[in-house]
Amino acid sequence: MTKATDTAFVEFDRVQKSYDGEVLVVKDLNLSMPKGEFLTMLGPSGSGKTTCLMMLAGFETATHGDIRLDGQPINNIPPHKRGIGMVFQNYALFPHMTVAENLSFPLEVRNMGKSDRQEKVKRALDMVQMGDFGGRRPAQLSGGQQQRIALARALVFEPELVLMDEPLGALDKQLRETLQFEITKLAHDLGITVVYVTHDQTEALTMSDRVAVFDDGRIQQLAPPDELYEKPQNSFVAQFIGENNTLEGVVQDIKGETCIVKLDSGDIIDAIPVNVHTVGERTKVSIRPERVEYDKSRLSADAHTLKAEVLEFIYMGDIFRTRLRVAGTDDFVIKSRNAPDQTRLKPGEMIEIGWLAQDCRALDA
Amino acid sequence: MSPCNTGDNIMTDATGPMMAADGRPLKASLNRALRRQKLRALALIAPLLVFIMFTFIIPIGQMLFRSVENQIVSDVLPTTVAALENWDAETGQAPDEDVFYALTQDLMVAVEKKQHTRLGSRLNYEMTGISSLFRKSGRSVDDIGEVYADQFIDLDPRWGEAEFWADLMGAEGLTPDMPFEMHPDVFTTFARAAPAYAAFAATIASEDGDDPREEEPWNSVYLALYEDLKEAPKFTNAPKGIEIMSEFAPQVVDFETIDLAAEFADIDEDWVDPAVWQTIQTYAPEFTNGYFLNSIDRQKTPDGAEWRPEDEQIYLKLFWRTMLMSLAITGSCILLGYPVAWLLANLPMRTANVLMILVLLPFWTSLLVRTSAWKVLLQQQGVINDLLVWIGIVADDNRLALINNATGTVIAMTHILLPFMILPLYSVMKTIPPAYLRAAKSLGATNWTAFWRVYFPQSVPGIGAGSILVFILAIGYYITPEIVGGTKGVFISNRIAYHISSSLNWGLAAALGTILLALVLVFYWLYDRIVGIDNVKLGG
Ligand SMILES: Nc1ncnc2c1ncn2[C@@H]1O[C@H](COP(=O)(O)OP(=O)(O)OP(=O)(O)O)[C@@H](O)[C@H]1O
Ligand SMILES: [Mg+2]
Repeated sequence: MTKATDTAFVEFDRVQKSYDGEVLVVKDLNLSMPKGEFLTMLGPSGSGKTTCLMMLAGFETATHGDIRLDGQPINNIPPHKRGIGMVFQNYALFPHMTVAENLSFPLEVRNMGKSDRQEKVKRALDMVQMGDFGGRRPAQLSGGQQQRIALARALVFEPELVLMDEPLGALDKQLRETLQFEITKLAHDLGITVVYVTHDQTEALTMSDRVAVFDDGRIQQLAPPDELYEKPQNSFVAQFIGENNTLEGVVQDIKGETCIVKLDSGDIIDAIPVNVHTVGERTKVSIRPERVEYDKSRLSADAHTLKAEVLEFIYMGDIFRTRLRVAGTDDFVIKSRNAPDQTRLKPGEMIEIGWLAQDCRALDA
Repeated sequence: MSPCNTGDNIMTDATGPMMAADGRPLKASLNRALRRQKLRALALIAPLLVFIMFTFIIPIGQMLFRSVENQIVSDVLPTTVAALENWDAETGQAPDEDVFYALTQDLMVAVEKKQHTRLGSRLNYEMTGISSLFRKSGRSVDDIGEVYADQFIDLDPRWGEAEFWADLMGAEGLTPDMPFEMHPDVFTTFARAAPAYAAFAATIASEDGDDPREEEPWNSVYLALYEDLKEAPKFTNAPKGIEIMSEFAPQVVDFETIDLAAEFADIDEDWVDPAVWQTIQTYAPEFTNGYFLNSIDRQKTPDGAEWRPEDEQIYLKLFWRTMLMSLAITGSCILLGYPVAWLLANLPMRTANVLMILVLLPFWTSLLVRTSAWKVLLQQQGVINDLLVWIGIVADDNRLALINNATGTVIAMTHILLPFMILPLYSVMKTIPPAYLRAAKSLGATNWTAFWRVYFPQSVPGIGAGSILVFILAIGYYITPEIVGGTKGVFISNRIAYHISSSLNWGLAAALGTILLALVLVFYWLYDRIVGIDNVKLGG
């Protein structure tokens, strides 16, 4: 999906940011986005996502480094000249203006003629299916409707870049899903570049071309959703995205594409070395719950297996979720599809589990 | 029809209203429960309510009532006012003898009761000179009628005896230890002397605790007696005192008489001035709009209300000035307070708190101290002028007049009322999220457009609340204009205070106060119409 063809449209170049001169909120941020990309910044609260967005929009200045838009450094361009559309978490619709006035505001400040304005406002409202609401005040709209208006307002002056800071944070799950779909569709239809901030990982995975996982003021991994999920680059990403099992141990041997890890319990497992490089290094091994196999017939003959005791079996409809005690940890989870031939494990049962070496990633400790 | 229990203690009747569990209509039950709540709430505020009632509402009501109340004229000069009814000011003549006769009788009582000076002051508000006229007359009115007293006593020494008079006028069977009482019949026999004697008796009893059986009557009573006897033939079959009447009536025809009008003119020429009588007649009714007319520089005349002479017009000008200056003060409070409130709302908490203390500091300093401080600062030889001279903006021999004029009042009052503008502005601005400004800028608005189109409209409720507060406080302000206002910078309230404490014209003060109150209400109403009182926010 990634269009890595164009030159970078948005570019963060070794950007640092500190509010108080003591703590770096953003540390060494490097990011480059091609035109038309939908990029999501995902990360825990306080990781610096909003700060990055604000620097891009011009409301905060970078303490160090350059931000470039379409090749031009924008550090010295005031916000209103950057031509960046923005959707705020709480919509920030002007309460004293009607919906139509809200939408026509960016056109007015651009000195657009009245008829053009009306035309564009109408088109923008229709685009978000809110054509009949032009005369209302924001307070007379539901949360979802306000969100649509905020979106329309950010798009009505046809910016090439739109920033959205947790735009769906205040909505209920169903509405969120509808709007997620609408936003992505609009973004692709209009061909705009979007930087989207969220801390909902499902949202990030379903909407984006690429996701930048933030932690501690740094991008921990920048990758398309599938890669992010299946090939996390470090244990933070592995933990943060989706459900994950972690086992700790020491690298015993590295042979090209695979390595052998001796867990703290003494068990030996196979893994692919992702960011371990030397024998004797401590590592956290990550395995996705749905990649764990307990049916011996499906495992290759030479695979290492671990003994496990079933602690809990949870029926979740489409899947079974089973909690095991493995190699000294109590919270090892496996997920299996609810298929007719699937065995339902019982608490207390002893089983053996294993996985393909490529699903098991040895990451930093 | 059996009510069915719906399970939540509410029963519905198939056709009737909703019923509560105990079978009563739900509405009634609810009302009862609410009433108890309301009573409890009322009990909580009752002490304050009573306090306010007695210390505030009733006194203010009384004060406002004074603006139309005018009973003093008809109370003090009851018969004069009645006699004057037939007099027509148009003739340009002083009233006839009847009026002067009534005035003699009323004035005697008034002097004895010491009411004539009060009446004099009251009427003096309407026509200068009346106060001294009444005071002067009070000293000499008891001589009027002396001529008759002497002649009666010459005729028969019994007329000089208190006892004789008391027997003539008193009720049957009075013993010395009973209070004196008039005989009802004498009012028919002596149509004038009886009321005059009754007034005499009642007055000396109430004022000095004297008994008419031991006091010789006033000269005015002899005057009344003479008037009665002069017309004796009318009273042929009156029951009591008829023999005295018939005995003396023939003898008074030879009496030396006096002209009452001339007597009064002797005391003071003003008594024959129709203007004085016209004033008394105009202000005779118990209620008057005169104070209100005065408050707007008009006066009552027989032909209705008229403008006062140009050089006596002050109140309309004062009202107008009070409003203009209050508006100026409100305006400068907005101009000075808005940026401060904005800073307060947008600075980090700690800095904002320090600034807030600075804003509140004036609240903790005595108003008098602050105003006096301005006096020191603003004087011609004061700090500000010194500074301006030192910098060279102002020449030493041309120092600015910053005090004892409107400028001084506006400066000092702006300073004093500023917190009342800043606080509501601040609390409104505090609720405007910074995201709005950012949103506006991201949409392409310059800083100024973003402020003017997005931030400012949302802060208008704060401006509204602050303006109402400052304007209404300013329009009634007293101390500061009094101290720094001089003559050119005083407010209507200073005039009200003057009438309350110096000229003692409380009626006019009350009328001015009522107009001021009405003005405030009108402004409030206008404000509600234009801005909408719902748009006023004092906080969150
Ligand atoms: N104006 C500011 N002044 C000082 N510190 C700030 C300011 N804004 C943010 N910070 C700090 O910077 C860090 C990053 O904040 P930021 O708002 O970028 O986080 P975020 O990733 O958007 O979090 P969230 O998901 O909760 O919105 C936080 O530790 C925050 O306390
Ligand atoms: Mg944020």
